[in-house]
Amino acid sequence: MTPPSASLWAVTLATLKKDIRLEWRSKDALNSMLFFSLLVVVIFAFSFDPLAEESRHIVGGLVWVAFLFAAVVALNQTWARELRNQVLDAYRVSPAPATALFLAKSIGNFIFVSVLEALMVPLFVIFYNLHVLGPAWQLIPLAVLGTWALVVNGTFFAAMSVRTRNRELMLPLLLFPISIPAVLGMVAGTTAVLTGDNPAHFYIVLLLTYDVVFTTASLALFETILHAE
Amino acid sequence: MTETARPTITVQNVVKQFGRFAALRGVSAEFAAGRFHAILGDNGAGKTTLLRALAGLAQPTSGEISIFGKSPREACREIGYMAHPSLLYDEMSGMENLRYFAGLYGIFEDSGSQTVIRAVGLDPELPRPVGQYSQGMRQRMSLARALLQDPKVLLLDEPFSNVDVHSAREMVGLLRAMRDSGKTIFVVTHQAVLLDGVADEFVWMEAGRIVDRTANAARSTDPNEVLR
Repeated sequence: MTPPSASLWAVTLATLKKDIRLEWRSKDALNSMLFFSLLVVVIFAFSFDPLAEESRHIVGGLVWVAFLFAAVVALNQTWARELRNQVLDAYRVSPAPATALFLAKSIGNFIFVSVLEALMVPLFVIFYNLHVLGPAWQLIPLAVLGTWALVVNGTFFAAMSVRTRNRELMLPLLLFPISIPAVLGMVAGTTAVLTGDNPAHFYIVLLLTYDVVFTTASLALFETILHAE
Repeated sequence: MTETARPTITVQNVVKQFGRFAALRGVSAEFAAGRFHAILGDNGAGKTTLLRALAGLAQPTSGEISIFGKSPREACREIGYMAHPSLLYDEMSGMENLRYFAGLYGIFEDSGSQTVIRAVGLDPELPRPVGQYSQGMRQRMSLARALLQDPKVLLLDEPFSNVDVHSAREMVGLLRAMRDSGKTIFVVTHQAVLLDGVADEFVWMEAGRIVDRTANAARSTDPNEVLR
């Protein structure tokens, strides 16, 4: 009897659960990201020792650059895990939709980077003596949309570079230039909320547009990437 | 083995190039359903590339492959593929691995996974992660993964490598039973002697070509004569 087709959401959920289980057991990505981000917070706090007013202007950039670099660590781990024992081939020979794998990896990375952000933001607040002068709620859509922008492109380009010899070098080379509009939106939007000087609506819409465009493009192209030799 | 075997897999003038290196150089063959085909040859003969092309993992540079009248990707439900590496997550137990891979085929009940794990002689309740298995156990679990969706065609790359003789003979017995139940089996191996009297056909490859097809593990022609 032919089994029923594996639906997109069933495979996405199964793959997501598997990735979370593997990360929970190994903690490879979370430990590396946490260690890197902690270094950034501590080193910059002691190097600059800024006043509260100065902090509001620089922390937006500092936070997102720290998360961007830390995310690259997780993104490389995500696909490297699929190359051990050539496990990715087992997915490639199955009838499961390629988009399910991409969605699961993106959502998994989103969760891991969000956990990192939740742990690191209080440290940024303490070390940089931050007080938000604008509408603080706007930091939530900025964080969600900004994090998705990082992970959706990162997951796609990490899949592209994973079979290259210098994948640790290739991923930043591919990811950072294309992330510039998103990083600008995240940094400017966060600074706008922290200082209360400008409304952040424009940056939220910019990030939303960026996310829609790049998520659609990545979903459309991922099957080609998955089956590339 | 049935006398009225019908063609299952047709390979027509398949060429596979990696850059300037041709791993397959115009391979053409028909393989009958319900038979056990052993693919033999020296390292670099093109055996693994042919198996990967049959599995849909290597796209031919030119030529065509047909499995039950479909391309390998279209026929993926009918194909069970076991590679030389295990294709398993080392950090998960055998049952956790099989539960995940079964989900890729739309199978969400555990009973099927438990059945194939028992069929290869392992315990589905074993909590140890696959990374702590012996090589023989890993090979068996890898075979169980290939059997998950009850495929009609099994493509097995070096299933007996690093496995002790006793375990290898047990695996051969299992494969023979599967052939007898109607599955078409392809095994790439260097251990032809294990399959003598079991495989229905021995396909000999050299330098990216099929150079001989015999009914036992001895070449019908002098290998030196077919070198070109």
